[in-house]
Order: sequence, then C-alpha cells, then structure tokens
Amino acid sequence: MAQALLTAQSLFCERDDRILFDQLQLTVSEGEIWQVEGRNGSGKTTLLSILCGLSSHYEGELYWRGEPMDEVREQFLSELLYIGHQTGVSAMLTAEENLHWQCALHPSLDASRAQQALESVGLKGFEDVPAHQLSAGQKRRIALAKLYMSRAKLWILDEPFTAIDKIGVAAKEALMVEHIRAGGSVIMTTHQDLSAEIPLHTINVEHFASSQREWS
Amino acid sequence: MASSWLPRWFYQLASPRWCYSITGKLIPWFAAIGGLLFVIGLVWGLAFAPSDYQQGNSFRIIYLHVPTAILAQSFYMLMAIAGAIGLIWKMKVADMVAKSVAPLGAALAVLALATGAIWGKPTWGSWWVWDARLTSMLVLLFLYLGVMALNSAIESETTAAKSTAVLALVGLVNIPIIKYSVEWWNTLHQPATFKITEKPAMPAEMWMPLLVMVIALYLVFGLAMMLRLRNEILTRERRAGWVKELLGS
Amino acid sequence: MSSTLQLFKQTFRRDLTLAFRRKSELVNPLIFFLIVASLFPIGVSPEPNFLSQLAPGLVWVAALLATLLSMETLFKSDYEDGSLEQLLLSPQPVFLVVLSKVLAHWLLSGLALTLVAPLLGVMLFLPSEGMPGLMLSLLLGTPTLSLIGAIGAALTVGLRRGGVLISLLVLPLYIPVLIFGSSAVQAAVTGLPLDGYLALLGAMLALALALAPIAAGAALRISVSG
Repeated sequence: MAQALLTAQSLFCERDDRILFDQLQLTVSEGEIWQVEGRNGSGKTTLLSILCGLSSHYEGELYWRGEPMDEVREQFLSELLYIGHQTGVSAMLTAEENLHWQCALHPSLDASRAQQALESVGLKGFEDVPAHQLSAGQKRRIALAKLYMSRAKLWILDEPFTAIDKIGVAAKEALMVEHIRAGGSVIMTTHQDLSAEIPLHTINVEHFASSQREWS
Repeated sequence: MASSWLPRWFYQLASPRWCYSITGKLIPWFAAIGGLLFVIGLVWGLAFAPSDYQQGNSFRIIYLHVPTAILAQSFYMLMAIAGAIGLIWKMKVADMVAKSVAPLGAALAVLALATGAIWGKPTWGSWWVWDARLTSMLVLLFLYLGVMALNSAIESETTAAKSTAVLALVGLVNIPIIKYSVEWWNTLHQPATFKITEKPAMPAEMWMPLLVMVIALYLVFGLAMMLRLRNEILTRERRAGWVKELLGS
Repeated sequence: MSSTLQLFKQTFRRDLTLAFRRKSELVNPLIFFLIVASLFPIGVSPEPNFLSQLAPGLVWVAALLATLLSMETLFKSDYEDGSLEQLLLSPQPVFLVVLSKVLAHWLLSGLALTLVAPLLGVMLFLPSEGMPGLMLSLLLGTPTLSLIGAIGAALTVGLRRGGVLISLLVLPLYIPVLIFGSSAVQAAVTGLPLDGYLALLGAMLALALALAPIAAGAALRISVSG
C-alpha cells in the first residue's frame, strides 16, 4: 500500500468574489502523477500555490505524510520541488549561477549534478550565458534542469512544458515516470497532452467550483 | 490553530454575526453616556473650570487637545493589536476592527494637531511650533496615513489586512523610539521653552473635567468605530445568510 | 547549520553579482545623493556660513532619500522572475536570506553613500571637524535605514505603483535615525563627544537587525501569497 504524501481536505478558496473551489479533496500518494485540469482562470495555479504553501488564501486542511502541515512545514519543504509559472530564473545570472543559488536554497537539489543536468536539457555550451540572452524555452529549461538534480519526494510543476519542444517533453515525461517508480510523486498542470503511457490521475478544479456553502 | 486556554468570548468575538449583534446592543449606551459626558465635560471645562493663571482662558482648549491626543495614540495601539490578533489567529473581525480604526485614528491625530495649533497661536504667537508633542503627533499622523495608503493600495482584502497589520506592528515598536528621539531633539533645539502640556500640579477643578472629556471621547469614538465596524461586517459578509435576511433581500 | 551559513553566503554573492551586472542601479542612488545635496545651495543660499550650519542635516536628509530610492529594487526583480517564490519555499529560515540580501544591498548603497559623504560635506562647507562624525554616524545609521526600508520594500513588492507608497510607509520610521544621525554630526562640529549618539544609533541598529528581517520575511510571505 503506497503511503499518502500530500492530503488536502475540504479546501475552499475564493478570489474576487468568485468561489474557485469548495470541498476539494485530494490525496497524492507515492508513485502517483496527478494532473490538475480546468480552463484558464479556473484556479489551477491557485490550487498549486496553496498545495505548496505559497498561498494562505484558503480554508481547509493540508497534511504531509499524515501530519498537519503547520507542524511539519520544514520537513515538507525539504522534500518539495516547485517550479512555478515564473520559473525563478534570474535574467541577469547565467544558467550555472542560477542553479547554484537554487541548490543553496533547496538542499534537496544535488549540486554535483548541475553540469550533467544542464547537458540533459540541452544547455551544454550555454552555462556561462546570462539568462536574458537565452530564448524563453531555454530559460525554462534552466528551471527544468532542477528535475534532473532533485532528490525531492514531491514535484509540483505549473505548466512546466510551456515553450518546450516535443523531444524535451518526452524526456521530462520519462523522467517523471522514473521519479514515481522510485516512490516519488508529481502534481502538475499542463495544456499539452501527455503521452498515453503515463499512469495519470486527474482532478478537475471546475468540478468543485459550485458551492453549497452555508455562509456562517 | 487557536488553543483552548482562550476565554469563550474570544471565540464569540471571532464570529462577525455575534459581533454585529453585540455592537448593536452597545451602540445606544455608548451614544447616550458618551454624549452626556461630552456635554458635561465641555460645559464644565469651558465655562466652570478656573482659568489658567498664565494663559487665561486660552488654555481651555486643553479639554479637546489632550483627549484627542490620548485617543489618537491609543487607537494606534488598538489598530496594531487588532492587526496582530488577525495575523496570529486569522480572526476576520480583528482585521475589520483594525481597518475601521485607522481613519478614525488619523482624524483624531488631525484634531489633536488642529487644536494644538489653535492653542499655539495665543501661547506662542504662531500657529505651528516644533514642540515635541506636536511633532510626535505629526509623525503619528504620518504613520496612520501610511497604514491607510497601504490598505487602499492592495486589492485583496485579506492581503491588505495582513500587510497593514505588519506595518502597524512595526509602527508600534517605533512609536516609543520616535517619541523619545523627538523629545530629546526638542530639548536640544529649544532649551527651557514653556511647555503647555506639562503643568506639574493641575488642581482638581481643572483635571476633573479633563478626565470626563477623555472618557466621553473614548465613548464617542468607540461608537464611531462600532458604526464603521458594522458597515465593514455587512460589506464583507454580504453573502452570508444572516446578512441577507437582515437586509431583507 | 553549515548549509544555513552556506545559503547566507550564496545569497550575498548572488545579490552582489546581480547588482554589478545592473550598473545603472548601482550608481543611481549615488548620483541622486549628489544632486539632492547640490539642490540646497542652489535653492536656498550658497553662503558658506549658512550652508555649514545646515550641512549635517542636509547630508543626512540626502542620504535618507537616496537609501529610500534604492530600496524599491531590493525584492522587485526577485518577485517578477519567481525567485521570491523559490526563496519562500526553502526549508531554510527566510529572515536569514533577507538579512543577507539587505547586507549586500547596504554595501552598495549605504556604505557607498558613507564613502561619498565627505564630498558632499565639502560642497556644503561642513567644517572638517565634522567629517569623522558624519562618516561614523552614516556608517551606523544607514544599515538601520536599509533594514527598515526592507520591510517597506517587502510590503509593496507586489504592487504596481509601490514607489511613492514605500516612501510614505518608511520615511516616518526613519525620523529617529535622522535625529540622532544629524545630531552626531552637529556634535562633532562643535567638538562635543560623539559616543552617546553613536551608542544610540548602534542600539537602533541592533533592534533593527533583530526585528526587521523577521518582519520583512513575514511581509514577503504576505505579498507573494496575495
């Protein structure tokens, strides 16, 4: 029986007078890939930022390995890899410098694999180029290089494949499969169709958009 | 999140609905007693209290200046503490209290400055003097204005409440430092000036009406705060069943 | 522990690297400092006696405004490119990263201002006895300005028009530093002992060091969450 990693119970979130979701339940266990679905503006990004702990605009409970999130936040963060809409790549730093600081922030990233990771995402030869001279896809690939260096249990990825070509996507898919085989799990959003071979769980945010909430 | 050692009323206070109904019951009392004390204090202070041997009748503005100054300071404290409660216990009502207090506090600071200026004209011969208390009050007004500006600049209500709470707390830590530094600066630049607000021994006939005025203003501005709070509650809880029922829609 | 220290060092180096690659942002506050200080002789009076009386306050006011001007950029680019999210999701304490960023920022703003200040002193006819007081007070006072400014920067980082707002929030909080800083220079000019002022500036710096990074960290969390 795979262990439950991240559990969300009765999540409720409203933005600008609109209920994005209510009574949202989600249990992400070891070895699972979850795709969050929904149209633009339905609250996918909001859900991801709640799950990773960036946003506190919600009601409901979050658990990490069965423990209330507030009590184990540090543990949770040390097992988390998050790549957001904004990739966290500084335009004025080179790919190498960017990864270097990311490693200092996140001990779950293996700094010794940085070179190899940059090579794997096809940035070999671009290590010393400031990111602002790279294309949008190349910039994103700097962030995606972290996937190759990560020892984190849970990956939360918000539209990771924007501006990434087919071959790149396939490589990341293979990486994700490898990750879940090793007992990790992934929560992600994407507009692209993933390969049918990936065992995918899906959750549609819009299914939780209507609310029978009793306003207290 | 909240632990159980807190008294029950604390949790009740957390419910906007309960808060709305309790303030509804308190308002008439605050209005009646506050209004009565205000009239008594004003008449007593302006007409019956003895005049000052140095300043004559012009000192009587003390009955407005001192209470507004005291209130302006305690409202800032109230705002910061309410903000802190909102931050720590995620209590919505505390956020609303903090938000409703800010403009009132700013108004009080303006009143204190205006009455100080009116007092300054006959005493010092000019509308404005960089007296320590007036300067501190001016800085306090700036702090209020900063809090209000930040609050109105942030669209999301919850974010605005949290951000202003942090700012108000930072301000609260700074107020004693500002007060001390301004007083010190003042003695450096104006040695041995005549301090209007530091009468060593004010006779009872003088300070009694002052005390009445302080209490009266607390009640009146407490009333104003509750009215603003109730508006805030209704606005934020507009979708709640009880609000819809109340407004008859 | 060692990884925490490592993060502190890495962040410090990163921010210095970033600052040196954006050269204009590096020198802008210094130029601003010089321009503001030269406005007073032009706008008020170039008379040496008069200026030398005003000089302690003028240099300090100019330093204060220049620091403020530079504060806005402290978290802005990190907010825009998502680095701030990564920072907040680090299992390491946020206040430490904030402290490291402020330190790097201060080296290039506050310390730079301190080093340029004698030039302004000369322009404004500050008596030479006042120079050590000027530099010492700026050395102890400007870090406090940076630390307090970091709170304002963190609170306004998510806002489109944060520039004016941050001055509104932060300037009133700068008043005690201004008072003791300019008084220290004044005292130095008249030959009075400085220790008291420097001790007070030091005490404020200690308080700001202890509290401001935590407040700024909390403010960042709120700003990003919004």
